[in-house]
Amino acid sequence: MGLELYLDLLSQPCRAVYIFAKKNRIPFELRTVDLLKGQHFSDAFAQVNPLRKVPALKDGDFTLAESVAILLYLSRKYETPDHWYPQDLQARACVDEYLAWQHTALRSACTRAMWQKMMFPVYLGVLVPPETLASTLAELDKCLQLLEDKFLKDKDFLAGPHISVADLVAITELMHPVSAGCPVFKNRPKLAAWRQRVEAAIGEDLFQEAHKTILKAKDLPPADPAVKERLKPLVQVLLH
Amino acid sequence: MGLELYLDLLSQPCRAIYIFAKKNGIPFEMRTVELLKGQHLSDAFAQVNPLKMVPALKDGDFTLTESVAILLYLTRKYQVPDHWYPQDLQARARVDEYLAWQHVTLRRNCLRALWHKVMFPVFLGEPVSPEVQAATLAELDVTLQILEDKFLQNKAFLAGPHISLADLVAITELMHPVGAGCQIFEGRPKLAAWRQRVEAAVGAVLFQEAHEVILKAKDTVSLADPSVKQKLMPRVLAMIR
Repeated sequence: MGLELYLDLLSQPCRAVYIFAKKNRIPFELRTVDLLKGQHFSDAFAQVNPLRKVPALKDGDFTLAESVAILLYLSRKYETPDHWYPQDLQARACVDEYLAWQHTALRSACTRAMWQKMMFPVYLGVLVPPETLASTLAELDKCLQLLEDKFLKDKDFLAGPHISVADLVAITELMHPVSAGCPVFKNRPKLAAWRQRVEAAIGEDLFQEAHKTILKAKDLPPADPAVKERLKPLVQVLLH
Repeated sequence: MGLELYLDLLSQPCRAIYIFAKKNGIPFEMRTVELLKGQHLSDAFAQVNPLKMVPALKDGDFTLTESVAILLYLTRKYQVPDHWYPQDLQARARVDEYLAWQHVTLRRNCLRALWHKVMFPVFLGEPVSPEVQAATLAELDVTLQILEDKFLQNKAFLAGPHISLADLVAITELMHPVGAGCQIFEGRPKLAAWRQRVEAAVGAVLFQEAHEVILKAKDTVSLADPSVKQKLMPRVLAMIR
């Protein structure tokens, strides 16, 4: 059995891994783990990732969790072009800096924005207090400002003149609030221009393919009671 | 001006960088940024890191934030021994996996343990209910279990037979609740044995030196004056959410 990638394209980090593997023609078996159906709680999947999260990688007997670790593993094993994770000391440090920062900043804001604006009301029928949503969107706004001012600045891409894994991780995060109808790029021409460059560098078809699931999420029929029950703990975590 | 490291040893990620730089004989100027005095909020420091956080690195004109990025930069620039960040593909992936996982799990819970148990009541004069403290310690307990079961397992160190960046980042986090008076190694012989190995690999003297501040914290921290409290409060609340 060759490389297996356990993904649900509903999830931002899964999209980054998917795009990276496809773009670099890394041969893999896609193992879809449907989060809304709770497939990540199965015993079978726990063998792959005891943390019960996607993305996860299985390469022979070797299993690996955490999208950043997976992206770096793939870039090394398959010797992808330098720009994805540049050898240059400072350029690489810029990528590392972004990949570290985003865990507690943009990832968090984008996840909550999408769930609070869209999944809770539409899919789960959960009322989100307007103050909570407003506070989340304000936080998202702050992160977007930092993304522009500290990371992007006047460069074409986050770590320099070429696309890197940092851009992949960032763009897939931003598509989360975009899918919920948040005007992430409105009044942000610099960020909008960066988005175009990233999409062009990835390729339109692959970008659309990776984002098909999330862009259709707003049309999901309401969840059945069993699903609502199972997702209750998630509601607690994401509703603040 | 050579390498400058902007650190406050009260902070876990700062301790990891301090230990790593000292252990590897990396020459640097120590620039202490006292968090409890609000020095990270100064205009001067904002020139180094507009995000107003420690640790931060300045190497000539190049500035860098985020402890994981700083550790990796130092690893590469100073060509430290392989075990810190092994060349071996899978061993390196294990280090990366830990360094990625810990941000929203162990880091968060260790920080909350210190702040809920000591810093809020003693430094900020804000009492924390026993229920909140208990909930925080319960969450910490869950992450400690994951640290043992998924990351350490039956290995000597987190990524294999030798100490790596992952162990440094983990141990400095765990010293936060230890500094708060939490007996996190009690009833966890596997983790306690790993701690001994990490301390031995780091060296007892260096380990004590890096942890002097945090280990004294609960006995030396005193009530902040109102202006400092006002300055620090919003950021503290955001940090420990």
